[in-house]
Amino acid sequence: MYDFSRGLLVWIAFIFFFGGLIYRLFDTYRKAKKDKVVLPYIKFKYGLRSILHWIVPFGTVNMRLRPAFTILSFAFHICLIITPLFTLGHAASIKQSWGIAWPGMADGLSLLMTIIVISGSLVFALRRIADPAVRLVTSYRDVIILIIVAAPFITGLLARFQVFDYQIIIILHMWAGALWLMIIPFTRIVHMLFFPLTRAYMGSEFGYVRNARDW
Amino acid sequence: MSDKAENQVVDAGLDETIKKLTPEKIKAVVDQVLDKECSARLQVYIDTCVRCGLCSEACHTYLSRDKDPRFSPVAKVKNTLWELVKRKGNVDGNFVRDMARIAFTECGVCRRCSMYCPFGIDIAYLLLTVRRICARLEVVPQYLQDTTNSHAATNNQMWVQQDEWIDTLQWQEEEAQGTIPLAQIPLEREGADIMYSVIAPEPKILAQLLGNMALIAKVAGLNWTMPATDGWDNSNMAMYSGDFEIMGRVERLHWETAARLKVKKIVMGECGHAFRGAVYDGPRWLGWKFPPIPMVHAIEFYYDLLKSGRIRIKEKFKEPVTVQDPCNTVRGRGLGDKLRYVINELCEDFTDMKPNREHNYCCMAGGGTINCGPPWKRSRMLSNRIKAEQIKDTGAQIVITPCHNCHSGIEDIIGFYNLGVHVKFLSEIMVDTMEIPEELQA
Repeated sequence: MYDFSRGLLVWIAFIFFFGGLIYRLFDTYRKAKKDKVVLPYIKFKYGLRSILHWIVPFGTVNMRLRPAFTILSFAFHICLIITPLFTLGHAASIKQSWGIAWPGMADGLSLLMTIIVISGSLVFALRRIADPAVRLVTSYRDVIILIIVAAPFITGLLARFQVFDYQIIIILHMWAGALWLMIIPFTRIVHMLFFPLTRAYMGSEFGYVRNARDW
Repeated sequence: MSDKAENQVVDAGLDETIKKLTPEKIKAVVDQVLDKECSARLQVYIDTCVRCGLCSEACHTYLSRDKDPRFSPVAKVKNTLWELVKRKGNVDGNFVRDMARIAFTECGVCRRCSMYCPFGIDIAYLLLTVRRICARLEVVPQYLQDTTNSHAATNNQMWVQQDEWIDTLQWQEEEAQGTIPLAQIPLEREGADIMYSVIAPEPKILAQLLGNMALIAKVAGLNWTMPATDGWDNSNMAMYSGDFEIMGRVERLHWETAARLKVKKIVMGECGHAFRGAVYDGPRWLGWKFPPIPMVHAIEFYYDLLKSGRIRIKEKFKEPVTVQDPCNTVRGRGLGDKLRYVINELCEDFTDMKPNREHNYCCMAGGGTINCGPPWKRSRMLSNRIKAEQIKDTGAQIVITPCHNCHSGIEDIIGFYNLGVHVKFLSEIMVDTMEIPEELQA
């Protein structure tokens, strides 16, 4: 099981993840061509201008209206992407398996970032219950997605401190990570892929077509 | 549902029409619109929305109704489009009625929420898609449908006949001649620099605005014209009722009329949605990337007249003023700075609303909401308490509204909330303050 999880499972996850993303991109491009009023209006300059405003913390009016949420949201997303890429254990595995000298980050830092992701997921979940406007549009799927996103981090933390049986936890960790990667293209986490696309389109509609700002 | 009184709104356009629906008909229309007419945007927007609710604070209806979650933009999409997609169009007449109420009367498609959504989801487009489905099912608020019927029959919004149109223009020409004897409203002048475009409420109920243009044009020495035929009105309520076929017809005739008159450009009077229809929605429906003839909105036109010195101001308007930024010309054309230049040239005492420019709140009259008529007026007023507060905070006596919908909507709000202030178009202030050269005076 351990060998399968460290070997084949990783490739299956990658195939679903990258394959899924490529499929979604291709499918969206095909549909965008059919939806004739999208592609002709997308302009690189205005798309990029909009994206930049929305990936810089406090770059938009709405972010400034909600400072605590903005900080949490940026911290959560940054940690969510950076932690799995550069955690020491992952760097060591990459070196061991593929012989690539992968940069790893300090143990304490990845610990902190893991805690940010887990507590961020918790706050997002609580917000879904506490804020009536969010609760109204929340379904069980939103909660499941949050659990799937947090699971690799929770199991990673348990493995790091060798809580419970390490052999079982590390396999769970690998499965949780694989599941997370695999569902990205097929659930709302696909916003990772679509964010620059929808933003570039709206940025162009506002900036290029309408001479206005969208932030 | 909104509050109790709103549940009791009687509107034959919804109540009677849903009786004729069958499940098969509903499903067929939903499938047709969602599968054949919509594509990438609908799919991507539905998949991308993470249900974060960050759009809520953008919406004047949500803020005005004490943050009732049913009025947040995402809730409006959830209760209409998501359900349709989830149930694959298998919904009943009552669902269609609710859908129509939400899409036509509780959203002004002002697009403010798109500036608050991290993904820039065009929520207004999603609600216009809902309207499109309702229109195909013939479930449209009766008053709004009447304007669309008028467009279909007369090519203008208010059943104005051609003889009435010409007669009104000649009457206003005479009125203007009371101030400037040589003022004219030149009809059918081929090759003029400008075709002036207005919407049907001008000849019907606000005819003095036509006279104002005659005065401004004479003082500025413009070579302009207006058509004597149909094609003068592009106010286009069909764009908002979801009848895109009629919308396309109205816009095509408008552009063809300008082409027939061989004008160099079109100046759109102080109307936001007519501008939107002519410059964006119309051309796209007709398969043009951009309009075939340049078109400027009145704000930009006045800006050019003042900036170039063709119109000089004798004495600025004294009463304290504020301005309602129309969605279709400020968020929809970036004319916020030019608008403020014009106001500061015309007026002594200008205070901005907060927030303003692209971030100003909707008037809750545009997007066809005011055209849903008296049955829905109370709901509209409850949906825009925040505008009343915004106006009150400025301390202004006059709200400048360079858009017909904003004008009527703000007038309603002033009455409903007893604000004791007044609304004015820019042209009204301009004719009162501009310098009329002695040789032109009566």
